[in-house]
Amino acid sequence: MTAQALRHAVPLEVAENHHAVELQTFGFWIYLMSDLVLFATLFATFGVIGPNTAGGPTGKELFDLPYLFGETLFLLFSSGTYGMAVLALHDDKRGQVLLWLGITFLLGLGFVSMEINEFHGLIAAGHGPQRSGFLSAFFTLVGTHGAHVTSGLIWMAVMIGQVLTKGLTTPVRSRLMRLSMFWHFLDIVWIGVFSLVYLMGVV
Amino acid sequence: MINGHFQRRHQVKNTLQRIRNGLGGLGAAVFMTGCRQMPLLDPKGPIGEAQRHLIITTFALMLIVVVPVFVLVFWFTRKYRASNSKATYAPQWAYSAPIDSVIWLVPVVIVIALSYFTWTGTFRLDPYKPIAAAHEPLPIEVVSLDWKWLFIYPEQNIAVVNQLVFPANVPLRFKLTSDSVMTSFFIPRLGSQMYAMAGMQTQLNLMADEPGVYTGHNQEFSGRGYADMHFKAIAATPGEFQAWLAKVRQSSDVLDTARFAQLRKPTTANPVAFFSSVEPALFQRIVRTYRGWMGPMTAPDRPGTMGHDSGPMPPQAADADHPSPAKRKEG
Amino acid sequence: MFGKLTLAAIPYDQPIVMGAVGGALLLALIILGLITYYRQWPYLWREWLTSLDHKKIGIMYIILALIMLLRGFSDAILMRSQQALAVGASQGYLPPQHFDQIFGAHGTIMIVFMAMPFLTGLMNIIVPQQIGARDVAFPFLNAVSLWLSVAGALLVMVSLGVGEFSRTGWSGIAPLFETQYNPGTGVDYWMWAFQVAGIGSTLTGINFLVTILKLRAPGMTLMRMPLFVWTALTTNVLMILAFPPLTVAFALLALDRYLGMHFFTNALGGNMMMWNNLFWIWGHPEVYIVILPAFGIFSEVVATFSGKRLFGYESLVYATAAIMILSFTVWLHHFFTMGNSPGVNTFFGITTMMIAIPTGVKVYDWLFTMYRGRIRFTTPMYWTLGFLTTFVIGGMTGVLMALPPADYVVHNSLFLIAHFHNMLIPGAVFGYFAGYAYWFPKAVGFRLDETWGKRAFWCWFIGFYLAFAPLYILGFMGMPRRMEHYWNPAWQPYLIIAAAGTALILAGIVMQGIQLVVSIRHRHANRDLTGDPWDGRTLEWTTASPPAVYNFAVLPRVEDIDALTHMKATGRANTLPERFEDIPIPNNSAVGFFIGILAFLFGFAMVWYIWWLTMASALGILLLIIIRSVDDDTETVIPASEVQRMEAVRHRQARPALRPLPAGGTMS
Repeated sequence: MTAQALRHAVPLEVAENHHAVELQTFGFWIYLMSDLVLFATLFATFGVIGPNTAGGPTGKELFDLPYLFGETLFLLFSSGTYGMAVLALHDDKRGQVLLWLGITFLLGLGFVSMEINEFHGLIAAGHGPQRSGFLSAFFTLVGTHGAHVTSGLIWMAVMIGQVLTKGLTTPVRSRLMRLSMFWHFLDIVWIGVFSLVYLMGVV
Repeated sequence: MINGHFQRRHQVKNTLQRIRNGLGGLGAAVFMTGCRQMPLLDPKGPIGEAQRHLIITTFALMLIVVVPVFVLVFWFTRKYRASNSKATYAPQWAYSAPIDSVIWLVPVVIVIALSYFTWTGTFRLDPYKPIAAAHEPLPIEVVSLDWKWLFIYPEQNIAVVNQLVFPANVPLRFKLTSDSVMTSFFIPRLGSQMYAMAGMQTQLNLMADEPGVYTGHNQEFSGRGYADMHFKAIAATPGEFQAWLAKVRQSSDVLDTARFAQLRKPTTANPVAFFSSVEPALFQRIVRTYRGWMGPMTAPDRPGTMGHDSGPMPPQAADADHPSPAKRKEG
Repeated sequence: MFGKLTLAAIPYDQPIVMGAVGGALLLALIILGLITYYRQWPYLWREWLTSLDHKKIGIMYIILALIMLLRGFSDAILMRSQQALAVGASQGYLPPQHFDQIFGAHGTIMIVFMAMPFLTGLMNIIVPQQIGARDVAFPFLNAVSLWLSVAGALLVMVSLGVGEFSRTGWSGIAPLFETQYNPGTGVDYWMWAFQVAGIGSTLTGINFLVTILKLRAPGMTLMRMPLFVWTALTTNVLMILAFPPLTVAFALLALDRYLGMHFFTNALGGNMMMWNNLFWIWGHPEVYIVILPAFGIFSEVVATFSGKRLFGYESLVYATAAIMILSFTVWLHHFFTMGNSPGVNTFFGITTMMIAIPTGVKVYDWLFTMYRGRIRFTTPMYWTLGFLTTFVIGGMTGVLMALPPADYVVHNSLFLIAHFHNMLIPGAVFGYFAGYAYWFPKAVGFRLDETWGKRAFWCWFIGFYLAFAPLYILGFMGMPRRMEHYWNPAWQPYLIIAAAGTALILAGIVMQGIQLVVSIRHRHANRDLTGDPWDGRTLEWTTASPPAVYNFAVLPRVEDIDALTHMKATGRANTLPERFEDIPIPNNSAVGFFIGILAFLFGFAMVWYIWWLTMASALGILLLIIIRSVDDDTETVIPASEVQRMEAVRHRQARPALRPLPAGGTMS
């Protein structure tokens, strides 16, 4: 009885929306856990065949740490700027949300561009993924992360469009929060990539 | 040491076996009827014999859990059928601590017992473990090709395709690799099978304890010619073995680099072929084709859980044929 | 324009294949023609293809499963008859290039396109009803999962007539499946069909986990969930955690095959053993993904038809959870013969045996549920009893194979084939059939014919033993699996018996077809107006048969594990609620259906290297996802008055059919 009484105390629309948002957030969390297993598998793969350079170049010979540090900063800062967007969202400041989303988008784009540039350089120098098990695993792990960031950017573009046309409605807020989870998740995965692939590859 | 163990067991085995078979019910019928035709239940070597023993013991232990299931199914369904209104009906009865404890504890105890057999059996019957016997072991290098088996006898410097001849009562030390896809080398009458993989060097120790003509085959699907990838495994008397060696040595065919390049081309149901001599270290060359970049190939491969190559070993540990006990402990 | 695809891809020269293709096409044309003739396209589109109703999605899943069961079983008939003939000089009637595709197709279809859709379908129909929910958490995602499964199944079916299927077994064999050894399209069909369906399953797992954790009716604590919900929950956890490694495994294989990378290759640093690890890290939990829900079904069936509360509910829950966790620790037992060190093999041998403990406990819990019950021998109960007696034999041979030294001699033999069919046919298929018979009236509104159901059971049951007992013996005789022909005449008699067993199972399947036809003809006599045809114990039997689109007019209040039994005892069952509320239901959406079509086109284009179509379909999917993601208007509200009207009609119809249920009494 109490549950039902409560249901009618709150306007139905709001209760339903709240419930839907809660479900979506929880579901997205579970998706992220599943995605984490996917990355874990790729890390494990890299761990197994990473040493198999097959006479080709090693990470030590290929990785340009200062460049990668710059790339990393782009992504780390973009997490921070997304955080600013979320703060603005809580204050209902649509203009600021758009501003911070735009900055995040540009930072993310910078990250992806730098990664493409790095890949292009490696392939042009004959160190493509076909060269060895090590390079196959390297390109696949880093590339999968890059593909995730790219999907995040597409999503962000769609969200900027929605904030512009719909404003900060409940569904739009919910979507922005999920994108936020996704974006921070990719940041965490990148820290793993940077330390386990690049740093340990150079050490 | 192992051998003595097996012989002792052999004597008491038959009586024990009968008792177990008697207990085995359905299983016993299967065991006794077609044993002769069932290589796994009528093995011709100590490894296969130990495996048969293990299979039967495990089977008997598990009957402790399985037989009551059959009894209870027939008893309960008969007694508590809806039409039998005389039987007790207790619709709310859903828990009994004693029953709950028994149905957890009995399987736990059985699995503990089985774990003990697993532990000891897996170490005792490790395919990499040399078989102790009166005779020096005979090394044989097995190369899996599309779709035939190449057997190189390094000490005799001969090679044979699709026929394996060896003296009975002499331990066989197989080193296996593949020059193509993954296969599994198996002689059911002797026991354990082992994968052959390109760029890897696996090991298998077997022995026949009586002369006879057995069959060996590939147990892992490998493509079009897989079904014909079988061969005669002949356990010979010492005299027969020497005669066979002499016959192989008379072959005009020689397995040099060019001949091997020809041999490795895919064929189906390849006839038996003898080679009176073999390119030195051909086996190592085949393994190196796939991972020469790792440096000299030294130790046998021991894939762990995520398939670690054992990789190049320091020179002092470089004796592949006599791995030190310390090295064998690594996983 | 069409990549590698030319008319030469159609195997004109193989009469058996062309016959099958012709038959399938003819059947499809007849069905499409009938739909057109009776002008049912709008109905089909509106009520089914675009529906987001979990019950309809569930029914479509089961239809897919039954169709694929027929296809997979045809493969079994081909294999068994070929092996009954192909001894010595006789090569049978199937050439190796055809036989070698069949065993891979059989396994892939039975696991991915029969078992998975069947259990997902049953979960779809039943789980929301058993937890007292009106829908799943994400109805749209549910439709996407369904259509991805259909897309994968379609890829397998198309491979029959256009190109070929994989010749590397259902589980893939590294490095045999690399371009070097298998340059044809078969491996690609297998890979993409698997991949597309696998992504659908991951989404299903997420969807149902959220549904079960977040949408339970008031009062339904975790420890009051019906066993089927518990097993669904564990299966979903397994799906979420086990499918990503499979997705990765197939992605890496695709990179090897399409871009020349070196993950599973022989040379340049590839590691073929990694495939076995990645595949079986999914593959072993997958066994429990398909078996655990069946365990749930047996639990429901045995309690209902014993007229008794389930024995050892908590034990069963903990045993289920234990199996879920242990299933991740055993994958290496699929390749004990790879030369692993004895320590590694011992570890995985013991973890494998440990799974036998909770499984054994479950078997005894079901047995003691019957103890002091009032057992009604209905078809679902037949399947359950057939399972109990057969499954334990499979468990026994499984423990045997968990012993590494024993596995060294039976690995990859027909003993192994007998063992896993001994687990999956009684353990999963019998369970699904039990669920099919048990919940059929709930989903469709009338009961299945009992006589034909029991006849089908006996054919399956005896046929199973005839087909697989000889395979155990053949394993001991040293016969390997996947033999297109063989040299040993001593094997033939057993293979002929096995073929006879297969024929008997075929008779069982035919009888299930007859059962369906007979039941549809007699549907008026067998109609279930009460919503509770079996004197059920759980919430799904409080809804109408078939349920209203919203399942529950008023969310039920749960006070016991056997929620409905408790309601019956306290006189709360079959009462018309006093107050009704507005109920939002999801709008139809064609997006899921189109995503499925595009996923099929994507897979097909990848197989044939039709790059423009690959890009177009991928972009199409992306676009559809974006369109759907910005849609804020996805629900319609059924007003309370309409709900009241519908419920009143239902109760008027049900009243005469309702059995007298005095407070505190249950039917005996």
